Amino acid sequence: MSHRTVEYNLATPGLDAEGRPIDIPLGLGLKDTHEYRVPGQFDESFGAEHMLVNIGPQHPATHGVLRLVIELDGETVIRVIPHIGYLHSGFEKLGEYRQYNQIIPLTDRTDYLSPMANNVGFALGVEKLMGIQVTERCRVLRVIACEMSRIISHLVWLGTTGIDLGAFTPFLWSFQERERIYNLQEAWTGARLTTSVTRVGGMMADVPDGWIAALREFCRTFPATLAEVDTMFTRNAIWIGRTQGVGVLSRDEAINRSLSGPMLRASGVDYDVRKDRPYLDYETYDFDVPVGEHGDIYDRYRVRLEEMAQATRILVQAAERLEKLEGTPLNVDDPRVILPPKSRAMSDMEAMIFHFKQVMEGVKPPVGEAYLGIENPKGELGTYLVSDGTAKPVRWRIRPPSFLNLAALPRMCEGALLSDVIAINASVDIVMGEIDR
Amino acid sequence: MTAIAPSLPALRDAFGDAVERVAVSCGDTIVYLRRDRVHDALAWLKQTPGQEFDYLTDVTAVEYRDPERPLEVVWQVRSLGRKVDLRVKVALDTAEPLEVPSVYDLWKGADWLEREVYDMFGVVFTGHPDLRRIIMWETYAEGYPLRKDFPLRGHFSRAEQTRQALAANPEAHYSLDELSIAEAFHELPKDVRERLRRGDRGFLR
Repeated sequence: MSHRTVEYNLATPGLDAEGRPIDIPLGLGLKDTHEYRVPGQFDESFGAEHMLVNIGPQHPATHGVLRLVIELDGETVIRVIPHIGYLHSGFEKLGEYRQYNQIIPLTDRTDYLSPMANNVGFALGVEKLMGIQVTERCRVLRVIACEMSRIISHLVWLGTTGIDLGAFTPFLWSFQERERIYNLQEAWTGARLTTSVTRVGGMMADVPDGWIAALREFCRTFPATLAEVDTMFTRNAIWIGRTQGVGVLSRDEAINRSLSGPMLRASGVDYDVRKDRPYLDYETYDFDVPVGEHGDIYDRYRVRLEEMAQATRILVQAAERLEKLEGTPLNVDDPRVILPPKSRAMSDMEAMIFHFKQVMEGVKPPVGEAYLGIENPKGELGTYLVSDGTAKPVRWRIRPPSFLNLAALPRMCEGALLSDVIAINASVDIVMGEIDR
Repeated sequence: MTAIAPSLPALRDAFGDAVERVAVSCGDTIVYLRRDRVHDALAWLKQTPGQEFDYLTDVTAVEYRDPERPLEVVWQVRSLGRKVDLRVKVALDTAEPLEVPSVYDLWKGADWLEREVYDMFGVVFTGHPDLRRIIMWETYAEGYPLRKDFPLRGHFSRAEQTRQALAANPEAHYSLDELSIAEAFHELPKDVRERLRRGDRGFLR
């Protein structure tokens, strides 16, 4: 993504490229009368008052229950004041009253557009706290879970952003593809959205027979849809006009504002947790990290589109590895976190004790604390856990990527037009379940 | 466990006894700093060549179940170039006012993170330009939800919560700042104006 292939100079009729009004002779002879007013010169009193516009929390273009109060001078944005919290569920507080494995269903509901990746992030955090290394089969399955989440999350982003900017068709394409991944998730976990697929030390279930073939079929046909979207958007004059140079954040600003994920990379920062701080053996997979250079909506679009293609590449490699690992154990052999097989629990005294202790008391990490970040579709999802040696965490902190990305919205909207606010807000790729928690 | 982060000796040299304690947990280095030096130390970590902790990953707080233990404010900083993390902590006695300096002047990303810690724990970040509640609404009166003395269901009964919600003043959905932009203040009913002047922005008492 080094150079832009197409740059259009889109001037609105009646305005020149700089946005100044062109004095078009109307031929009505008004020039000579007192009614004629040079375009662009208005009565002083017209511009004196700023207007306050409230968007949301119930508005389709705010992608959830986000509320924006916007101060406008004419159509120009002076200031955007976001109000969040309408979907606050107190997950972090609830987590302090639950055992570690009981928290996993809560993680589904934070970033509900990529539930499996959240499950993985939390499980990895607890495993870091306990010093557990999961089996290779489990790591491959978790990579599949993460990359499938990346694709469905970016597909929602693509479809809804298209709608916000007036393109309806790609929305249908992307939701059709998303449906296929949801079918895969359903076949794996029994749930489409609330997957709860991980456990501390392993997975809730292995993939069923024939699942890998279905995943391969998806990976084979999905790039065609990406190519269609690429044809539809990448060189589309309206899309380019609405996105290039809009909502720009410079490299330094993106770092200073703690942005992460595609938002950070679109601004030209080559930072991806999968590459820079590998977890789940990501360093052994062959994939590229797209990096933008302009930091505008268009680059964010290009980055996310390419990330979907790269995720497909990783999925193909992971499917291959999974086939080779047929028959190997899924869960770690650690009686602290994984229940012994039922047959052994009923015949072996020690296994029964482990079973009893785990069911009655839960997983007990040692005293300590751990922070682990993973590359979620929205950015770096951090899990910070503090344990006092009991079965319930003292503190479970989610470092929410779209919370921090959204915090840069007021800065990106300064001086933009009201219609650009919708486009910029869409480009952040927010999910309120995670922002409000 | 793995060794202490190499930034530590230099930090000790620069700040001496402001470094109260260093711990390693699960491979992460944790530095406990004195409250009055934490802003200087974070600025030093960000700006000193060779340290370059240019990215603020997270700001949060931890309160332990043991009421004797102090509340901790936690900064996770990272150097993107050197790929190193560091966790900085300040311990605060809960019997005294919870105040730490804001790092908003160093990292703009601290804006919402500090507001969230204020909202959830009641820690005041001095020097923050706009320290308001962020997730709970502005007139929320039950306290700070993530504190350990805050019951899971809240301080008020469900009936009281409903009463307050129904009696809420619609203007309370806008901050005074926003009302002043709209120049809507003088258009409000007289009793609402008086309540707003008194600073009473919530339910009718």
